[in-house]
Amino acid sequence: MSRILIIAEHDGQSLNISTAKCVSCAQAIGGDIDIAVIGSGADAVAAEAAALDSVTKVIVVDAEHLEAPVAANWAAEAVALAADYSHVIGPSTTMGRDLMPRIAALAGVNQISDIMEVNGPDSFKRPIYAGNAIVDVSAPAGSTVVATVRAASWKAAGSSGGAAVEQRAASSSAATHTRYIGLESGGSERPDLQSASKVVSGGRGVGSEDGFQVIYQLADKLGAAVGASRAAVDAGYCANDMQVGQTGKIISPDLYMAFGISGAIQHVTGIKDAGTIVAVNKDSEAPIFEIADIGLAGDLFSVIADLDELLG
Amino acid sequence: MTEREVMEYDVIIVGAGPAGLSCAIRLKQLKPELMVAVIEKSAEIGAHILSGAVIEPGPLDDLLPGWRENPPPTCIPVERDEIWLLSQKGRRRLPTPPQQKNHGNFILSLGAMCAWMAPQAEALEVDIFPGYAAAGIRYTENGEVGGVIIGDMGVDSEGNEKDTYMQGIEIHAPITILSEGCRGHLSKQLIEKFGLDRDSDPQTYGIGMKELWQVQPGKSKPGLVQHTTRWPLDSKTYGGSFIYHLEKDRIAIGFVTGLDYQDPEFVPFEAFQQMKHHPMVRDLLEGGEILSSGARAIVEGGYQSLPKTEMPGALLVGDSAGTLNVPKIKGTHQAMRCGMLAAEHIAETGSWQGFDAKFRDSTVVKELHKVRNIRPAFYKGFWRGFLRAAIETITAGKLPGTLKVHADHSALKKLDGYTAPERHWINRDLPPRDRLAAVYFAATEHDEDQPVHLRILEPDVCITRCVEEYDNPCTRFCPAHVYEMVEESGDGESGANRLQINAANCVHCKTCDIKDPYQIIQWVTPEGGSGPNYQNM
Amino acid sequence: MKILVGIKRVVDYNVRIRVLSDGSGVDTDGVKMSVNPFDEIALEEALRIKEAGNADEVIVVSAGGDECQQQLRTGLAMGADRAIQIQSSEALQPLSVARAFLKIIEREDPGLVIFGKQAIDDDNSQTGQMLAALWDRPQATFASKMVVNGSSATVTREVDAGLETVEVDLPAVVTVDLRLNEPRFVKLPDIMKAKRKPLDVVALDELGVTVEGNIEVGNHAPPPQREKGVMVEDAAQLITELKNRGLL
Repeated sequence: MSRILIIAEHDGQSLNISTAKCVSCAQAIGGDIDIAVIGSGADAVAAEAAALDSVTKVIVVDAEHLEAPVAANWAAEAVALAADYSHVIGPSTTMGRDLMPRIAALAGVNQISDIMEVNGPDSFKRPIYAGNAIVDVSAPAGSTVVATVRAASWKAAGSSGGAAVEQRAASSSAATHTRYIGLESGGSERPDLQSASKVVSGGRGVGSEDGFQVIYQLADKLGAAVGASRAAVDAGYCANDMQVGQTGKIISPDLYMAFGISGAIQHVTGIKDAGTIVAVNKDSEAPIFEIADIGLAGDLFSVIADLDELLG
Repeated sequence: MTEREVMEYDVIIVGAGPAGLSCAIRLKQLKPELMVAVIEKSAEIGAHILSGAVIEPGPLDDLLPGWRENPPPTCIPVERDEIWLLSQKGRRRLPTPPQQKNHGNFILSLGAMCAWMAPQAEALEVDIFPGYAAAGIRYTENGEVGGVIIGDMGVDSEGNEKDTYMQGIEIHAPITILSEGCRGHLSKQLIEKFGLDRDSDPQTYGIGMKELWQVQPGKSKPGLVQHTTRWPLDSKTYGGSFIYHLEKDRIAIGFVTGLDYQDPEFVPFEAFQQMKHHPMVRDLLEGGEILSSGARAIVEGGYQSLPKTEMPGALLVGDSAGTLNVPKIKGTHQAMRCGMLAAEHIAETGSWQGFDAKFRDSTVVKELHKVRNIRPAFYKGFWRGFLRAAIETITAGKLPGTLKVHADHSALKKLDGYTAPERHWINRDLPPRDRLAAVYFAATEHDEDQPVHLRILEPDVCITRCVEEYDNPCTRFCPAHVYEMVEESGDGESGANRLQINAANCVHCKTCDIKDPYQIIQWVTPEGGSGPNYQNM
Repeated sequence: MKILVGIKRVVDYNVRIRVLSDGSGVDTDGVKMSVNPFDEIALEEALRIKEAGNADEVIVVSAGGDECQQQLRTGLAMGADRAIQIQSSEALQPLSVARAFLKIIEREDPGLVIFGKQAIDDDNSQTGQMLAALWDRPQATFASKMVVNGSSATVTREVDAGLETVEVDLPAVVTVDLRLNEPRFVKLPDIMKAKRKPLDVVALDELGVTVEGNIEVGNHAPPPQREKGVMVEDAAQLITELKNRGLL
């Protein structure tokens, strides 16, 4: 029977959704599921974690020096807890990818990155080569499994549970060699294309630099980042750093909306891991429709105008 | 501009193909004290090489005795030859002409062979520099070729220096060897500057496209060499296909068409794809997977079109000179022999002078003389060509008379008054879907923020005369979909088009530089390391 | 101060990855191999720190078979002063690499160790963090900006929530992200100079590192193909579909 410890990601106020996704992965592994909330004054976070389905216990490790997610400090606490568990997992967000290998090394084990599917308690599927191959990996028998969970592969667990919350004292003092200065969030500007959960993208069909304005407007309405096909970049409609595809950015947003993009293989390569792909193109034979989850054959400008009106 | 840094060598070789590498190896075998460098624009040796290829091993035996104990990867002795005359659905086996008999020859990947030769050259202390493009010729004070200038790196699309800007260096050498392959851009400049083609016919070319396939187990018969001719081409268009059966269920399939075709609406890429859908070929490929694809121009002029191969300070070797044997469908052995001959000449005399005479007297040129009338015989259509080819073959080229070779760019007919032949082409379903998809399998890569390396000398012609006279054939003959006419919007004028150059798609085949009817497209080298990344082609 | 830079030999990013039909791995037959692009950024940063007068020596280190000497030579041609190959005939997993680097650190006593944030082949993103843990030193991962000031470094990290800044005492481990810098081109004469720079080879067992606890790597499969979804008629239907999927 597995005993699984999930290291919660949070900002002190609320639980990051990636933690609920780790719970789904833990459910697939099967066994007792506990969540560690390492932080300072993160009671609200602990309450959120306790509400997640199938969670047995939430362990709160509270100390002032644990407020910021400094890997050296958090890893020391996680390792102190890890002895009781067969699995220690965290999200493959920048927080998890920073922290989990540090835990693994202290525990003396190799780490499994980006679990996308569970084959068995110690055996998983994970992507390599930017998702161009999926490989089966197994942790050696009898050793602690330390792993990160690929957020895009898992749905968030429900919140109808009621786990016990247990307080633990910090086992280590602050590492003096690292000083957290601060976080500058992206602010009110458009989200970053690489990490955005929604992306609105335009292609040659947009027709001009002016035409691209409607793409920006729709993106802002949806809180989405803006992307483009190479054809649109080559035609000078937008900047090169907006290019999505083989020679641009490889992205995996939850929602990708392609307007006036034909869907050449070079472009599709960049969005193959996207959650839902929407395609709007006036050419109903365009290859993009062969891979789009939702297709609409029609004039992109009138579709965007309608969306604009309907979304209010 | 600061003074360029300089490196000095005794011999600088431009292009690490079979000619250049053979020349380098031979030079160091004969004169180890010579300082020899080879520069190559592809990121890795062999990555810009595309060929069938079935090769005659003779020159390899001479150059690298013992190579059979340590052969290049994928090197399969030819077991059987077949030539097929195709109609749309049918086929007829033709007798194999003697020059196309391949007993004793090998099927291999020429790219892999070059990658295998390079370390052997390096073991002889040849300096090989992949990823660096020879962008220009360095001339000495008295106007001789004195080496090359490496292209600058880190220049943006407007020509400004980026943060990563790095000025290209000059490589000085008393002897420069141009082994750029077919239609090398420096060779082209030098042929013009020194009038090297004054006494020869114009050069003529073909475009070859190739794909590597992983087919269903059992379908490939390793060692089988198949060629087809006729369908899907009309009788006025020269060309045919090759299908070479490799190990591990792989097939190398390709299609070559003469660039002297007449129909301005003709799409060579489409002809290749149609050929793949002939029942005989389709059967082979169906259920398989395409691994790689690419294209490259082929030099076809032969004997009549050979330019003078020496000029002050430099030599032309291999396909830069035009040594390919069209009826044999082979150029590698000729290119290697030619490269070795240049090396032997330099080792013997220490000079470029006198090479051309030696070259004319060599087996390389003798072989071309024998078959000189076969390719031009096909100008009058397939069957007349076929007949003449048979006669020339039987008589081994000993009949007097030499047919003239014509230039490709002037072969294109104007739309006005021209009726294209009925092609009966079908809807196809084997990959790649289109040229853009094919480019994907060439893994071609160019930093998009660099000057366009396809220069249009008179852009107005593209949107005026060419539209009316030829309907912009560049949008069709380019196998990589580099050229596109797109509607210019924004200014409200309807119908106004402009030529969009998708330079990042370019696979460096040089077809545009050759076939453009106005000769206003100039192919120059992009930043070193750019271009296709062929694997086992 | 010395800077160690870890570089890995990987399949070039331009190569189209193809899974072998028997599932034993990906096709590497005749493919181009390169320095992991993130490691090039790491090396570029190290060179810039040295050029700014904040380091005396840059050492590139790679773990692998003798073929990785090619990538070490590339590092030397870019400007590293010397190279160390940790020789191992088998592919090493991050924990073993981190253990081997720790041994090199004991010999070299560097002030900074810089890695790419991940290798583009196995996409693990682990080695730097593991080394920092074993070495008991600070780590600053995913750096998009770094300033070395005497005995410490201020590093801006690209995290999901934005840009995080940390100050770490040296020695420290930094792993670098794409936006940190654009690596330089290699100058042709520097390729020749690189041939004469020292490249030390040290076997893994000479360092006293034994490989243990490897993750077992089994079947490889191509990613599932996307399939054609539904077609809708207008914007209203599109919105309904998106709402049904919880995307609006």
